[in-house]
Amino acid sequence: MSADGAALAARLRQGDLSAAPAVLNLLESTTAADRRQSAALMRELSPAALGGEAPGHVIGVTGPPGAGKSTLLSALLAGWRTRGQSVAMLAVDPSSRRSGGSLLGDRARIDFDPADEGVLIRSTAAGERLGGLAWATRSAAQALSTAFDVVVIETVGVGQAETEVADVADTVAVVVQPGGGDVLQFLKSGIMEIPDVLVVTKADLGQIATRTRRDLSASLRSLGSSEVPVLAVSSLAPTSGVVELLDALHAHRQRLDVAERRLRSRRASALNDFAVEHGEHGLRALGGRSAAAALLAQQEPGLEPAALVAVLEQRLT
Amino acid sequence: MSEHDPVRLSERDRPWMMRTYAGHSTAKASNELYRRNLQKGQTGLSVAFDLPTQTGYDPDDELARGEVGKVGVPISHRGDMAALMDGIPLGEMNTSMTINATAAWLLALYIVAAEDQGVQESQLQGTTQNDIIKEFLARGTYAFPPGPSMRLIADMIAYTVEHVPRWNPINICSYHLQEAGATPVQEIAYSMSNAIAVLDAASERVGARGQEVLEQVFGRISFFVNAGVRFVEEHAKLRAMSILWEELGRERYGVTDQRHLRFRYGVQVNSLGLTEAQPENNVQRIVLEALAVTLGRDARARAIQLPAWNEALGLPRPWDQQWSLRIQQVLAYETDILEYPDIFEGSKVMDGLVAELLAGARAEMAVVAEHGGAVEAVPYMKAALVDSHRERLRRIESGEQTVVGQNRFAESEDSPLTADAEGGILVVDPRVEAEQIEALASWRAERDQAAVDSALEQLATAAREQQSSVNLMIPTIAAARAGATTGEWARTLREVFGSYRAPTGVGEATAAAPDPQLSELRQEVARLQQTLGRRPKILVGKPGLDGHSNGAEQIAVRARDSGMDVVYEGIRLTPAQIASSALQEGVHVIGLSILSGSHRELIPAVMDALHAAGVHAPVVVGGIIPEQDVDGLRQAGVAAVYTPKDFDITQIMRDIVELVGSTANGAAANGSSAGSSAGSAVNGSA
Repeated sequence: MSADGAALAARLRQGDLSAAPAVLNLLESTTAADRRQSAALMRELSPAALGGEAPGHVIGVTGPPGAGKSTLLSALLAGWRTRGQSVAMLAVDPSSRRSGGSLLGDRARIDFDPADEGVLIRSTAAGERLGGLAWATRSAAQALSTAFDVVVIETVGVGQAETEVADVADTVAVVVQPGGGDVLQFLKSGIMEIPDVLVVTKADLGQIATRTRRDLSASLRSLGSSEVPVLAVSSLAPTSGVVELLDALHAHRQRLDVAERRLRSRRASALNDFAVEHGEHGLRALGGRSAAAALLAQQEPGLEPAALVAVLEQRLT
Repeated sequence: MSEHDPVRLSERDRPWMMRTYAGHSTAKASNELYRRNLQKGQTGLSVAFDLPTQTGYDPDDELARGEVGKVGVPISHRGDMAALMDGIPLGEMNTSMTINATAAWLLALYIVAAEDQGVQESQLQGTTQNDIIKEFLARGTYAFPPGPSMRLIADMIAYTVEHVPRWNPINICSYHLQEAGATPVQEIAYSMSNAIAVLDAASERVGARGQEVLEQVFGRISFFVNAGVRFVEEHAKLRAMSILWEELGRERYGVTDQRHLRFRYGVQVNSLGLTEAQPENNVQRIVLEALAVTLGRDARARAIQLPAWNEALGLPRPWDQQWSLRIQQVLAYETDILEYPDIFEGSKVMDGLVAELLAGARAEMAVVAEHGGAVEAVPYMKAALVDSHRERLRRIESGEQTVVGQNRFAESEDSPLTADAEGGILVVDPRVEAEQIEALASWRAERDQAAVDSALEQLATAAREQQSSVNLMIPTIAAARAGATTGEWARTLREVFGSYRAPTGVGEATAAAPDPQLSELRQEVARLQQTLGRRPKILVGKPGLDGHSNGAEQIAVRARDSGMDVVYEGIRLTPAQIASSALQEGVHVIGLSILSGSHRELIPAVMDALHAAGVHAPVVVGGIIPEQDVDGLRQAGVAAVYTPKDFDITQIMRDIVELVGSTANGAAANGSSAGSSAGSAVNGSA
């Protein structure tokens, strides 16, 4: 028997964080009954139903393997908890799906008190689509941001992964380790979109960290994005730069037109989901990608992505 | 007998030092055991500490629950150490301590206990294991991150070379690498790379004091090796190690004194190959393994300790350990092996084997060097070990490698050896933990608290010094003298150094080779996914302080290869952490692994925590679980128990998939939400 999507939505709307595991179980499920309940859940949590955008700050944290994301997230988590903010972390693991299975080891590297009810960590495999952010993860971020103050989506990689995260996050932070020249190249060549915050980890390495930070700032200036903060952080004891990073993330959210960004993100998600489901053929039937986008732009802004997909699908028949 | 008799020695060799790895319950009980063992002809001590002592927790810490006095003796302060060594003249004794993360602290307690006996530190002889890299790789009793850990080791080396000159400050361990699945080539290469990391750190520390000190340091480094049942190749391995060691000394560290260049090693023979099925066969395995380290004079062990026949069943009793000591004594005093020069000299086979191992080891050492040395290469080496172990298990499961009594010749009469009420093992009195906690409280109440506080403050100040201008041994000895406890010492350093989790090695494990049984299982998993709506998700957890993660890692990798989503968090989890992970991750089944004998306390604690968190996913348990404990675990709600005799991991996976399936069906029949009813029990596999 399926969980009751509407009831779970009501619990999240009341700020009941303990509903989160059941919400995630439901959103990840592919049985027909569960998909119906998921749709109900997301409908109840749409801006239209909430009467506005969900209040949580959705932050995407991405970067190449070994950049120190997990250690950084441990430090950030401690910082948010000290500031009294509840945190949900969705760790998207890149591990190979060759055998179908996956090994999800990320939560082990994040330090937190298991008795702390204000923290939720959930690991998921990257999904069948290469580099893609699973549908469930995007929905999860949207759903959990009604109840949690901060929702983090952690992904691995630079380029595609970062673009996918940008589709759902209010703020995107890209994490680079000292000497991480790839990111510099990706930025310059335009492969990677410019993130909202750049973080150079392992600041305790000294010189090389300082140089990486300087190089990144310089190239951002040359690209005309000098307002993007580049922060050097050492997440290991004695930590440094963590408070500044927390402030920078918060400041970005304050400056942001959240409604506008999320509306754009919901419409992009809907288009994406539609394309995955119906392919180029489906898009052509709607008169092409831009025609589909134009159609979405006419819809009521508070609709959740699934409702938007349904609008497109109606046009197909 | 002429002086140049090529066949016989002019004088029989002195036997190696004979030890028994021992300690349990309390300092007093262990002291009595040591005295008895010495009376029986044991010639040195080998102290087994319990897991809280090894990882730097006091008996009253949450993480110590169920572990106090289990796999060794709890030593919390100088009073415990004095009781442990009571009546044993420390000026004459040679004591080996299996202690790593907290080695500096235990050596300090030993120095203070000697002071109490009126013995100066300069007279002390013995060994602290102190090999942290292999703790990250294989054994799991680390406490601090790699950088500060290496600093503690370098400080101990610098201190002992000057003040405790007959002490071996570090024993580079290849032993645990083999236990984690290392091939002989990996065992040689990783331990030598590890030695290089230690020597580089130490030479930086003592460098200013010149080449002479560095040569002494080189001369004080000994090895702790393993020997498996393929004893001819194992002997070749030791010859190869001695060649590499001498080469390393000459070429990398400029050592010229022949005495310092000698490869010195102690040994504990293989436990990984000991079986639970027909455990009496382990006796002959142990004897043959002992030959690997005694047969050839040029690569003979300096000190030997042998495991007991019943290690795969539980903790050995004094009688079991006596049997192993007697094996050594028969070898040394009845056989003729000590009468000859090296019996393999000029052997084409032996030389050929040695050459092969040397070539393989040099190539692998080059790979480690490319990673930036042993400390940086920990994730690489760990993943390689997980892969080797998986290959070993595959060979046993497929029957390519024979294990007598397990995958071949399995039929057996009932064994009289395991017929007693406890099943032929030692069961530690569960009251020990409460008594230790109480004793600790009165120790704290009676000591000079101000002196302890100030000693710990000085330790913290020294640890914060980035430049390592103060040798940490000095404030450590002062804190030991003041009456600080193991947990207080370690907590002080954790606060400065931070804590650490070693890589699990499973994420990098390569995909399984094609295997028809596994493909069939994957289809089963795919069908189950249809029913569940999600891919079956399993949490693999190790509660308690036990760091022996090889089994849990193999289960995790095989579950992934079967198509499941696997949450594996590594070692040292509290029941609360396991329950929180199970809940938050939404897993369908939980697998717990315990080898330290603390399952009686910890498994019910985990079950309670799961219940409190509202998690109803079925739980299976694997590890060294004595037969007579299985019913109790079942009553606590455990769906299935697996022990070392269940060597077919694919079969275990099949059971787990079936368990998840029947749990889901049961839930559907009850009309409750998925995963909410306890699964029907499945039987342990053949």
